[in-house]
Amino acid sequence: MSVQFCYGKEQLTAYLKGDIDHHTAAEMRMELDGELEHTMPFLVILDFGEVGFMDSSGIGLILGRARLLSGWGGKLLIASPSEQVRKILKLSGLERMIKNERKS
Amino acid sequence: MQEISNYTKIILPSYSKNEGLARMYVSAFASQLDPTIEEINDIKAAVSEAVTNAIVHGYRNTTGDITLQLRIINHDTLYIKISDKGVGIPDVKKAMEPLFTTCPEEERAGLGFAVMESFTDRIRVSSKVGRGTSVTLIKRLSGRTER
Repeated sequence: MSVQFCYGKEQLTAYLKGDIDHHTAAEMRMELDGELEHTMPFLVILDFGEVGFMDSSGIGLILGRARLLSGWGGKLLIASPSEQVRKILKLSGLERMIKNERKS
Repeated sequence: MQEISNYTKIILPSYSKNEGLARMYVSAFASQLDPTIEEINDIKAAVSEAVTNAIVHGYRNTTGDITLQLRIINHDTLYIKISDKGVGIPDVKKAMEPLFTTCPEEERAGLGFAVMESFTDRIRVSSKVGRGTSVTLIKRLSGRTER
């Protein structure tokens, strides 16, 4: 299991664990989609606190899930990215999806 | 004059589980240059993208060998060459454009070359259709200690 789910009052938090590359993203995608399609949450937080490394496969993973959620009006946010993950997000222009990010 | 103070070579089959192994191998080799954590992460990301390209595009629906050649040049520069004998890229310039991808259905973001370009100092791509692709990445490491 590379994804753990935690239901809050108004959101579903998905804790991702381990490196995210083309190989591991495939499994995470299956686990995430299984849960999301089943519960159709309106707000999903993808938590990267336990992700030590991510390449651009993570961008596909994030955008694909955001697209899935938009099918029922749901929204996706990113939490706890490491410096390394943040750098990839920045390169892809996805920093705006980080939760509680101050606009400076 | 280029002085090569160390070099190594490894051949991996194009199984996706070897993406992590390729990253570890390169970062272990690079560690002798005493890189910062950020430099190591940049190298890992660039290597991960190149190896993934070889697996996803070069050897699409087949399996083949991916060769990683690494060198330490002038005691401060890492040379990484990642080669496959896959299908090759018909238009390298087009392939290197950000967001260009031939596999949107597999959620490939089209950012592989963008990561390689921005996280290294130099990139050279040579490819021949039907023969394969080589990506050479050069990264100079600042190092945390005096050399």
